[in-house]
Amino acid sequence: MKGRKLEELFFRVLMVLATILVAGSFFLIVGTVFFKGFHYMNLDMITKTPGGGFYIGKEGGVLNAIVGSFYVAGGATILGLLVSIPVAIFINLYMDGKRFLSNTIRMAFDVLFGIPSIVYGAFGFLIMVYFGIRASLLGGIIAVTLLVIPILVRTLDEVIRTVPFELRDAALSLGSTRWETAKVVLRQIRPGIFTAILLSFGRAIGDVASVLFTAGFSDNVPTSLHEPAATLPLAIFFQLGSPVEEVQGRGYASALILTIIVLIITILSDILIKKFSKHKI
Amino acid sequence: MTQTPHISVQHLNVHIGAQHILKDININIPDKKVTSIIGPSGCGKTTLLKSFNRLWDNTADVKITGKVLVDNEDIYAPNAEVTHIRKKMGLLSQRPYPLPMSIYDNVAYGPRIHGIRKKQVLDELVEEQLKATGLWNEVKDRLNASATRLSIGQQQRLCLARGLAVGPEIILGDESTSALDPVSTAIIEDLFISLKEKYSIVLVTHILRQARRVSDYIIFVYMGKIIEFGPTEEVLLNPKEELTKEYVKGYIS
Repeated sequence: MKGRKLEELFFRVLMVLATILVAGSFFLIVGTVFFKGFHYMNLDMITKTPGGGFYIGKEGGVLNAIVGSFYVAGGATILGLLVSIPVAIFINLYMDGKRFLSNTIRMAFDVLFGIPSIVYGAFGFLIMVYFGIRASLLGGIIAVTLLVIPILVRTLDEVIRTVPFELRDAALSLGSTRWETAKVVLRQIRPGIFTAILLSFGRAIGDVASVLFTAGFSDNVPTSLHEPAATLPLAIFFQLGSPVEEVQGRGYASALILTIIVLIITILSDILIKKFSKHKI
Repeated sequence: MTQTPHISVQHLNVHIGAQHILKDININIPDKKVTSIIGPSGCGKTTLLKSFNRLWDNTADVKITGKVLVDNEDIYAPNAEVTHIRKKMGLLSQRPYPLPMSIYDNVAYGPRIHGIRKKQVLDELVEEQLKATGLWNEVKDRLNASATRLSIGQQQRLCLARGLAVGPEIILGDESTSALDPVSTAIIEDLFISLKEKYSIVLVTHILRQARRVSDYIIFVYMGKIIEFGPTEEVLLNPKEELTKEYVKGYIS
């Protein structure tokens, strides 16, 4: 009896410690960014683009990078969805007689999911060279779209597979075509689509390597797809590399901005998921 | 049986993977009657039911040979149009699966996809079918509420109303009361009895009491073959075949 109690205690302590470690590192990371960056946080940071001498500690902000990041991540997520929803629907609802083929496609996306983002950056760069596109917002969106498509497809695929077969049968029995049935399934998975969007946007807005050669960098807010665009991760990278204390601090402030953006998106999507899951079986 | 059959199954064989699930099925389902398919678990009851509206089309490894004639039209003919076939049959599954939309939209879904757009026509249809399934008084004040808010018994009746709204000729029930409480079960059974005036009804059930209460004819299926087919009282009280006798007495299940 004593051995069993001891075992229970041992694993309990182990689990509590592991939980503390994970939760602790979360607070440590957010805390570090907050304390190092908060002092340099001001309205200018989010409302102004870098002024003359910004990178030696003079006035300005990172509005260029904030807007650029939203453009790149938003554009990539929208483009990615346009490709991923049809793929996920197709492999689940149109290929049901061809399990081998659909599983092969799934595996291909699994492999793509694991490819490091720098490879997407390099690949995106090749596409740009081929079409004669220079480092620009468009280039960044293309590379990041390639990066998020596997995330979107995988997430949507998982979500569609949770839809009971009987629901499809119900729609089919009423005389629905496959596409009409697909629309019912899409309605059913609406909360899941939001989850996919969130995952994709979160990955896109934080990724450096894919935008490194493709989006370029600019101190101005891009006004067209062909202009280079700054992104927050790159802005953080440049500023943290500076020897000037003021600029380094702003690097942490930029990291804080990025963290807050991701936090807001998470909370927002949580609210939207609740709102849209009212028809959930 | 002198009347013309509504569904006529001829030499139907169904293979799923390497398994021979249904073996040379020949049966005539009578028009405007309730016919129950009974038999032990795994005997092929549901497979037979689902082959009536080609629900196996989307499943891998299923091979179907033979003919299923509905109104003398072979639904497995190469030029048969599947949505048209399915529209003729309403399916009521084991558990209710309301579509992810409001009560109103669930009933209106079928008519809408078949081209009815006028709000007034839809309103009338929805009311008519909700009344036919005895749901109208319970839901008339919350037609725009999500269908998933209803109790499971109400959901099953909603699914029936949804099926009736496309104007089918046949109702297929696949153990439609197995997830329901006794009161809801009784309501659904009574609905089947009253609906046979207008529809031919085929039910899969493993509850012999239910088969006896609601059906006019019984098909006993065992190991993928039809063992006996006849009027309810005859099959249940006076079975001709030894296997039927054993099943009815509860020796095999």
